[in-house]
Amino acid sequence: MTVDITVPAIEARGLGKVYSPGREAEVVALRNVGMRVGRGEFIAIMGPSGSGKSTLMNMIGCLDTPTSGTYLCDGVDVSSLDAEGRAALRRDKIGFVFQGFNLLSRMSALENVAMPMAYARSSPVERLSKAREALAAVGLTERANHRPSELSGGQQQRVAIARALVNNPPIILADEPTGALDSRTGEEILALFDRLRSAGHTIVLITHDAGVAAHAGRVFVMHDGELQEQERTA
Amino acid sequence: MTLSDVLRTAVFSLRGNWVRSALTSLGVIIGIAAVIVMVSVGQGTQAEIDKLVSGLGSNRLDVQSGAGFGGGGVRMGAGSSLTLTEDDADAIRSDIPEIAFVAASLRGGSQLVYAENNWSSQWQGVQADWFAINSWELASGDGFTSRDYGSGTKSVILGETVRRELFGDEQALGQTMRLGRVPFVVVGTFKSKGQGGFGQDQDDLVVVPLQTARRRLSGANAMPAGAVQQIALGVAEARDLEYAQGEVEALLRQRHKIQPGQDDDFNVRNIAQIVATRTQTTKLMSLLLGAVASISLIVGGIGIMNIMLVSVTERIREIGLRMAVGAGPRDIRRQFLAEAMLISLIGGTLGIAIGVAGALLVGKLGSLPVQLDAQVIGMAAGFSIATGLFFGYYPASKAAQLDPIEALRQQ
Repeated sequence: MTVDITVPAIEARGLGKVYSPGREAEVVALRNVGMRVGRGEFIAIMGPSGSGKSTLMNMIGCLDTPTSGTYLCDGVDVSSLDAEGRAALRRDKIGFVFQGFNLLSRMSALENVAMPMAYARSSPVERLSKAREALAAVGLTERANHRPSELSGGQQQRVAIARALVNNPPIILADEPTGALDSRTGEEILALFDRLRSAGHTIVLITHDAGVAAHAGRVFVMHDGELQEQERTA
Repeated sequence: MTLSDVLRTAVFSLRGNWVRSALTSLGVIIGIAAVIVMVSVGQGTQAEIDKLVSGLGSNRLDVQSGAGFGGGGVRMGAGSSLTLTEDDADAIRSDIPEIAFVAASLRGGSQLVYAENNWSSQWQGVQADWFAINSWELASGDGFTSRDYGSGTKSVILGETVRRELFGDEQALGQTMRLGRVPFVVVGTFKSKGQGGFGQDQDDLVVVPLQTARRRLSGANAMPAGAVQQIALGVAEARDLEYAQGEVEALLRQRHKIQPGQDDDFNVRNIAQIVATRTQTTKLMSLLLGAVASISLIVGGIGIMNIMLVSVTERIREIGLRMAVGAGPRDIRRQFLAEAMLISLIGGTLGIAIGVAGALLVGKLGSLPVQLDAQVIGMAAGFSIATGLFFGYYPASKAAQLDPIEALRQQ
């Protein structure tokens, strides 16, 4: 991965998102959101449900396009891309970690981790070796051939993180990654994110838990579609 | 995604629900097998008819006594009243140069007896050209001489079936046998013609000279002088057939003094026309069989579409996940299309195997003629691919157009 330090991993300017514009059901999900996240930063986005943080996450994850403003994902303007282009961008730039893990139950841990690489045109041999590396990075080498149902919640989330890592994307986007886990396991997962940040990944964590957000270097708060950076208290 | 990835993923997800996949492809199996069997039977029947047409020849006309068939009102069957005579036959022979062969004939049934064997069969009293018109060839003997025709000698030529039933391994030629109570000398036997195009045994007949038939076999019937039941005609050139038919009709109307507007008391049949009608019917039947088979293939295809739509709905979260990790709409469409194609290809392959086996079985056991060729099999293979493509495209597009955010939100 060529790293250009001068280009921020995430740069949003005047980002707005309006659902059903002009109609009665019009919903303004994002208002004039601006943020800049450098490479290797660990940030958290907090906010109550309905505040627009899911919309912002979808925007950052290139799953959605803004109705106004611009978003540069690792220097690429997302609004100019069609569905295929955004898919390619997600494949190369973003690793998703979900609250509900989203593993495919009929595949082994190793196959789950290797799955994204099928869309990255890598050879099957390369895929398996990279998937093994990613599993090793999350400490699950011995569980490679287990199905998700044979793994604990923490182990499943680690498989999901390995899957997010396998294409070596600059940005890891985690939506409530500890929400389905007990606090001790949650701490282990957060420690894993700390390690990934040290390894140079940009980490964006969406959470409503202040304790979880405390792991981040900077914390943003969404409220009614507006984003504000929280003052450092420490 | 490479092709092998797409295929591997398709196999993987079909295996996960293999009973459902198998049942879905069963629709295609039945459809393809039906297409193959039906088309084979249709083609076989067509080939049989073609053989029949070439066997009959396209330069033959038959003139029957009595009213023609078709039209309204109650009519006597053809040949039921004897309005044709040998003189009519002579007139046709001398007046219409396009007609090369003329043979008037009488026919009837009789009990045939030789020693302790007897056999019920048809006799025909014929004139000399009859052999050429019907392409009968002698297996033994010299047949009738002009003296036989002229003075009505009691000579008979046997069809193969009659010869076998009466004489078995014995020499028939030169033996004396009886038709009813009249003794005849066997002067020839025919080469076997086998089964006719309409399934009848062509070899079950005996032939005698026309005069003999009139005097010895039809004697009980009160017949007008020189009456015959049928005059068979052969034109020299097939292209003259219709012209000759018109000439014969005109000549006979004149000879029988039939006024304009009055019905003929004879009818001229063009066998090629009858066969053409039959060919038409068979073609229609083939078309119908093909249509029925195609409908079952369409039903199979709808089954695929149905199951693929269910599959898309069931795996909506998987689709969302795959999209999130970088699958584009094209990748998703390809994956679901591959699954539909795989179902229909497996169905097609099995369907071809079952269809070929079924067609061969029908040909062996059934009474239907079957013609199986590579073209039909190739067509069936093409159909199965087209079915998968056509009925798989809509569900696959639906999957590809899913919004990944919505898809991931589904539980």
